Amino acid sequence: MSVLERTRRSGPLPQSLRALYAGNARSVMARGLLATKSTNWTVVVSGFFEPVFYLLAMGFGLGELVGSVSTTTGQEVSYGAFIAPALLAVSAMNGAVYDSTWNVFFKMNYTKLYQGMLSTSLGPLDVAFGEIALALLRGAVYATGFLIVMQVLGLNLSWLAILALPAVVLIAFAFASFGMAITSYMKTFQQMDWINFVMLPMFLFSATFYPLSVYPEWIQTVIQALPLWHAVELMRGLTTGAVDAGVLWHVLYFVVMILVGLVFTTKRLRALFLD
Amino acid sequence: MPAPVIVASDLTKKYKDFAAVDGISFEVAPGESFGLLGPNGAGKSTTMRMVGAVSTRTSGDLRILDLDPNDYGPEIRSQLGVVPQADNLDVELKARDNLVVYGRYFGLPRKVVQQRADELMAFAQLEDKVKAKVDDLSGGMKRRLTIARALINDPRILLLDEPTTGLDPQARHILWDRLFRLKEQGTTLVLTTHYMDEAEQLCDRLVVVDKGSIMAEGSPAALIRQYSSREVLEVRFGSDRNEQVAEQLAGIGERVEVLPDRILVYSEDGEAELNHITELGLHPLTSLVRRSSLEDVFLRLTGRSLIE
Ligand SMILES: Nc1ncnc2c1ncn2[C@@H]1O[C@H](COP(=O)(O)OP(=O)(O)OP(=O)(O)O)[C@@H](O)[C@H]1O
Ligand SMILES: [Mg+2]
Repeated sequence: MSVLERTRRSGPLPQSLRALYAGNARSVMARGLLATKSTNWTVVVSGFFEPVFYLLAMGFGLGELVGSVSTTTGQEVSYGAFIAPALLAVSAMNGAVYDSTWNVFFKMNYTKLYQGMLSTSLGPLDVAFGEIALALLRGAVYATGFLIVMQVLGLNLSWLAILALPAVVLIAFAFASFGMAITSYMKTFQQMDWINFVMLPMFLFSATFYPLSVYPEWIQTVIQALPLWHAVELMRGLTTGAVDAGVLWHVLYFVVMILVGLVFTTKRLRALFLD
Repeated sequence: MPAPVIVASDLTKKYKDFAAVDGISFEVAPGESFGLLGPNGAGKSTTMRMVGAVSTRTSGDLRILDLDPNDYGPEIRSQLGVVPQADNLDVELKARDNLVVYGRYFGLPRKVVQQRADELMAFAQLEDKVKAKVDDLSGGMKRRLTIARALINDPRILLLDEPTTGLDPQARHILWDRLFRLKEQGTTLVLTTHYMDEAEQLCDRLVVVDKGSIMAEGSPAALIRQYSSREVLEVRFGSDRNEQVAEQLAGIGERVEVLPDRILVYSEDGEAELNHITELGLHPLTSLVRRSSLEDVFLRLTGRSLIE
């Protein structure tokens, strides 16, 4: 009874948002944690070791040959210190994209999980936030581990590296929110493969393994429009300590990405499950 | 009379040009058990989804607990228990966890949910399946778990979309018994079904739906009284002869209905009609006299069987 009375008194004004968001994303996240207990742990563990292996193989192996590399701000750093922040950005991207695309696609189309959730008092935004928060939590745990490895190997050149942790969460949030939006438009597994088709070249060319200056001007411009380049630059600035005002642009880029992703995800979840 | 908990007037749902629900009107009183009876594609599930505030109506009016689902979806859903046509249990969670987690979606305190989950596992007779994986439960157990899950928020209205389809007779009777108890406790039940015995057992009142429209409304007994005779004589002459024999039966009983596999003769006295038929020199392969059911009402109203 009191629920209904309260409802009426609060009036219809904030209703459009209240229909989308019940402020209970926590329960969706808690569900995810409980379900993780029954997941395949090798996938979870390998997610941590993948970038570590890349770092050891390329940072030290290749690093012997390369010597030092200069960053965007002109600082000379060892090859290991150059690629480590990039690998951190890549793993943030991969984790967030995997959780928000394949995982979400499966739940959306095969297990009808969201259909069940949306017949409770949850709104589509609760579901989106809950799922994304879970992806971020996982990303943050990986990133902490990786930053510790970097510290041990002496690859964190500045105390600003501590800020890499919130930065990873921001980057992961952006990719997760955007990935979920794209996934909500996908209908078949074939379409899902396009995601990999975009991710791989982005991984290889976004100034991950060598500076952007090796490319001709116009290719540089294209790459600078891509999210992973912003992620790599942001992380590299923080772990090497070579930051300038450019950092704010990167942050802004991801904030916009988050908002655009959330708007489309919410719209689509609403259309798909509350049509 | 208490105010109705559900009021639908001229409720319509269109997918492109196709009207899945085509202007239906009904009311459900608190504590009532209300049924939607109809064949495949009649629009039962679509109606249930609109009442459940997960599907937006195209036109018409709908009020659930005096609220409009267009504006108050979450508030309405917090007062409903929903058993969808296809089970959508969380297969990544254990049986009892399904209840606990679902309760948390409603924002209920953990302690309350834990306690209710135990009670409901008992209610659904699943105490020994607490830690079972959902995939390891039988169809009937899954259905009972889904009903238990729908009750975790102590709903005022329970929406059941074909609660017993696919269950064996024993499992159906267990479910009916559980639903009876809920009804006794004052929960309003809205259910859809293809089974007329289920409708007769569970519904105080029902509507017969076909092609998105309501064909008739009333209590099961009243509908049978209004649209059918007291008894029905079923005779079979073999599929190729039924049609031909039916012509000779004109004038026998109140009404004769020819189905592909049998002929139905509606009458107050089935035995007497069978005697008439044998006097005509016709000898059916099999014959059976039974009481009229909702199936006959449906046949009368639509010219088609309920289960095709
Ligand atoms: N999302 C949808 N898009 C297009 N058409 C739909 C959609 N959902 C239902 N329909 C159509 O609406 C009609 C009614 O469907 P509904 O599921 O309500 O029937 P029903 O009475 O529940 O049938 P059944 O007994 O088979 O469950 C059907 O013709 C169906 O094809
Ligand atoms: Mg249905």
